[in-house]
Amino acid sequence: MHHEYNIVGGDFTRAGYASSQVKKILRNLDVDTAIIKRTVIAAYEAEVNIVAHAYNGIITLDIDADSIRIVLDDMGPGIEDIEQAMQEGYSTASDKVREMGFGAGMGLSNIKRNADELRINSEVGRGTQVEIVMYR
Amino acid sequence: MRVGDIVNILDARIVCGGDRQEYTIDVAFASDLMSDVLTLKNDHVLLITGLANMQTIRTAEMSDIQCIVFARNKKVTREMVDLAIENDIIMIECRYSVFRTCGLLYQAGVKPIY
Amino acid sequence: MKVKDIVHLLDLTVYSGEQGLDREVTGGYVSDLLSDVMGRADTGQLWVTLQTHKNVMAIASLKDLSAVLLVNKQKPDANTAEQSNEEGIPILGTTMGAFEVTGKLYELIR
Ligand SMILES: Nc1ncnc2c1ncn2[C@@H]1O[C@H](COP(=O)(O)OP(=O)(O)OP(=O)(O)O)[C@@H](O)[C@H]1O
Ligand SMILES: [Mg+2]
Repeated sequence: MHHEYNIVGGDFTRAGYASSQVKKILRNLDVDTAIIKRTVIAAYEAEVNIVAHAYNGIITLDIDADSIRIVLDDMGPGIEDIEQAMQEGYSTASDKVREMGFGAGMGLSNIKRNADELRINSEVGRGTQVEIVMYR
Repeated sequence: MRVGDIVNILDARIVCGGDRQEYTIDVAFASDLMSDVLTLKNDHVLLITGLANMQTIRTAEMSDIQCIVFARNKKVTREMVDLAIENDIIMIECRYSVFRTCGLLYQAGVKPIY
Repeated sequence: MKVKDIVHLLDLTVYSGEQGLDREVTGGYVSDLLSDVMGRADTGQLWVTLQTHKNVMAIASLKDLSAVLLVNKQKPDANTAEQSNEEGIPILGTTMGAFEVTGKLYELIR
């Protein structure tokens, strides 16, 4: 099963819509509730990161019998030092993003804690690709 | 503690989910930063926050939080109400500061998460 | 009640700004939104937050707050601690979350 969602940078009204759809789809498939929770928390943090830090992006969801794969591909500034970005508390969030309730620098560590597999690729000046895999 | 009791203690107003006053919360958590909220693993959490926007509701949706107190006299929007109803989230508006809200609920015996 | 009394009663860590431990605490303000603190916090209040952002001390100083209490094991970075020493506004820390430490603080200074 394959789904795609477009994400618009800076749109904090709509942020989370894609992750919400993911949650509904997984519920309909009777995926274990603990796995759903871990999946949507990871997806939502990564979705908000596109809205908060990038210009636009595409989220794809692929589900098969054993796994749930979510790829978040954005056009944006990219991440110069991924290891540093992963550190809890590290954030370059703008004042606007901080007033929206983000910028604690906890998102990427939340994703890491919840995902079964996490891969991040990034090219400065182009964009970032985050791949989250969950085992069913 | 029952939602109905929380509303009484805080002299607050239920905006939506008023038919669920019997819902009980086990623990409370106060934060305005959503990634902080998204670290929680408990069930039946009461979220106390001064952040009133769509992402507060989205965060509750993702972390299965069913009751939010908006302190600092924050008003929720129509859009937030619609999303909260869709996700069975009880929303309470309270004119007290987060300081006073936490103080009163803690005094009334609501337990923290850690 | 002074900052040092609260440090003692709630078993808080003092990270910086020790000269300010004699400041009088007039109340508490709990917020992680910097503009909200700018707009609403009052002189002498003790600010409870998870924010370690560099602007925290600038706001604490502008609003003449008595101290900043970082919750949930947060620590100030070197810059922020240095600024706290310059301003004489202590930065404190606790392993408790905001709800719990605020509950205890409220019993002391409400
Ligand atoms: N998609 C992205 N594009 C560009 N930079 C990113 C992206 N995702 C994360 N980053 C960078 O990594 C940092 C850390 O991200 P993380 O999600 O951990 O924290 P945050 O988004 O700043 O705050 P929080 O997630 O706690 O609200 C960000 O501040 C930003 O510099
Ligand atoms: Mg983030």
